[in-house]
Amino acid sequence: MLLDATPGEQAALRREHRRDRFFELSTRGFALLVLVLLATILGSLIVSGWPALAKFGWGFFTEDRWAANLNRFGALPAIYGTLVTSAIAVAIAVPVSLGIAIFLTEKCPRALRRPLGTTVELLAGVPSIIYGMWGVEVLAPFLQSHFPSLFPAGTGLTTAGLILAVMIIPFITAITRDVMQTVPPMMRESAYGLGCTTWEVTRHVIFPSVKAGMVGGVILGLGRALGETMAVTFVIGNNLFFNPTITGQGTSIAALIANQFPEADGLQRSALLALGLMLFVITFIVLALARVMLNRMDQRAPK
Amino acid sequence: MLKHVAATLVTSSLMLGSAAAWSAETITGAGATFPYPVYSQWADAYQDATGVGLNYQAIGSGGGIKQITARTVTFGASDAPMKPEELAKNHLVQWPQIMGGVVPVVNVPGIDGTQLKLDGKTLARIYMGEVTNWNDEAIASLNPDMDLPDTRITPVYRAEGSGTNFLFTHYLAQVSDTFANSVGEGKSVAWPAGVGAKANAGVASQVAGTPGGIGYVEYAYAHQNNLKVAQLRNQDGQFVSAGSDSFKAAAANADWKHADGLYLVLTDQPGAQSWPIVGASFILMPTDVKDTKAAEQALKFFNWAYNNGGDAAASLDYVPMPDNVASMIRQDVWSKVQGDNGKAVWTN
Repeated sequence: MLLDATPGEQAALRREHRRDRFFELSTRGFALLVLVLLATILGSLIVSGWPALAKFGWGFFTEDRWAANLNRFGALPAIYGTLVTSAIAVAIAVPVSLGIAIFLTEKCPRALRRPLGTTVELLAGVPSIIYGMWGVEVLAPFLQSHFPSLFPAGTGLTTAGLILAVMIIPFITAITRDVMQTVPPMMRESAYGLGCTTWEVTRHVIFPSVKAGMVGGVILGLGRALGETMAVTFVIGNNLFFNPTITGQGTSIAALIANQFPEADGLQRSALLALGLMLFVITFIVLALARVMLNRMDQRAPK
Repeated sequence: MLKHVAATLVTSSLMLGSAAAWSAETITGAGATFPYPVYSQWADAYQDATGVGLNYQAIGSGGGIKQITARTVTFGASDAPMKPEELAKNHLVQWPQIMGGVVPVVNVPGIDGTQLKLDGKTLARIYMGEVTNWNDEAIASLNPDMDLPDTRITPVYRAEGSGTNFLFTHYLAQVSDTFANSVGEGKSVAWPAGVGAKANAGVASQVAGTPGGIGYVEYAYAHQNNLKVAQLRNQDGQFVSAGSDSFKAAAANADWKHADGLYLVLTDQPGAQSWPIVGASFILMPTDVKDTKAAEQALKFFNWAYNNGGDAAASLDYVPMPDNVASMIRQDVWSKVQGDNGKAVWTN
């Protein structure tokens, strides 16, 4: 195949080929590295969490408290707190983010669009510890003084959920806005040309074509909410007893680990690592559910 | 999250790097946060006096024990003493370096908190969620002259594992069997009621911001934050106010001489003036020293602190160790800190 190439050209071709090969192998290596990393982390969590899981079995999920001094480790309060705070956060953040995104893409005067969009993105860059301090210095006292019967101490699962909502709004907004902007202007203009209102355009033209992307944004936000540590630790109230409350004090997996890991030893350490494994599993389940949902949507969408 | 991990890795590797670079003229130690304010003041003064610095990482008592057991630091520090058998197993000795008091701080609307009288049993019931209102009979009977408000009690506790937790729960478990059997004592316990805040400072600010709040902090934090410290009934049945006098009174009754491995927790001590929740913070060092020079430097520092550190400690509301206890420690404990050749590192 290289019969009519000069030796020089053949060498150059071979060199190119080697380069290509090297490029391919190294990129493949990087991609595999992620898999290896994931497997290693998962493996080490299982290995180091195993003593606790083996000792407590299902009790690890049904025990109502996390009492290190009594060697009673129940993940229930932390799992409950994690799910409740994240659910509150998503329930608040999704409608707000959608509103912001629709306003930015459909209704916003051109002069305002850039500054508003940048502000939302800046909000995403605020370190979580700042949100935590704001939560404990401003939000918690506010809730306490205005709703003393619901928030006698200001802190609690709802307070954490509110902080998380503020934290994930910029993520969901940014992604939703970006996917909305990908809708071809032609479609939009045609709909308006038929006499549709803005609501009708958004509802029937834009939403159907960006659903998948929006779900992606929500999942990204949910992922952050599930694992957020610092801000939540400040405002969640850190009560290690299971308490089926929405506004009262509780704890989340990440907050519990952050509080106890530095001083943990032996079985407590193992139990905390097992708890880390739970967070891993919960996040994985959420992502998998989102995948399934996306696939369903794709199948239902008109081709 | 990833960003946090990366930042922590970078800072900790920087810290390790700089620690190695200093090791020639720096004593390294790690452990309890409770005595950290006074250790850092001592360190500054000692560096001015001798040129030898102290690199003390306040990572918590558990971390201090872990690091000295692994011999990665010259000394470890812990608020909860190690049991004599654990000391022997790990070839360690311990001694008390400084004492301090844990105090209940209250925020009761319309009441001068410093006049409020509480006892251990009531405190335990508040923290178990059984006494939920400030005008509850249990509190009213201790304060017959007070017009207590009908305000909900919000107990505030330390969220993370801590020596302060250990002292407080140890005391409550001593005075209340119900507490001992349900919540129990330890550095990290599950509180049935209330709010967890981070560190002494977090508890202090949560109590200050919560009408009806009650918390427990190391005394210096109550003082700095102008919080009202309630009076407590001690073992002799007397109500005492917190402060260096009542801390000293409790410390004076401590029988260090007969405590095996100096294992002694100073809660619920006898004496009419004794504050019931006083604790010592301990230093841990190995009996089989590898780096004798570093160990000698560390012991010189602690000796200097016993001789010259009293004023700095008192200004921060800690209680320095009495001279007779200090000389007993020099003789009986430091003589066990030995190098490879079996010779004591401490010679004076």
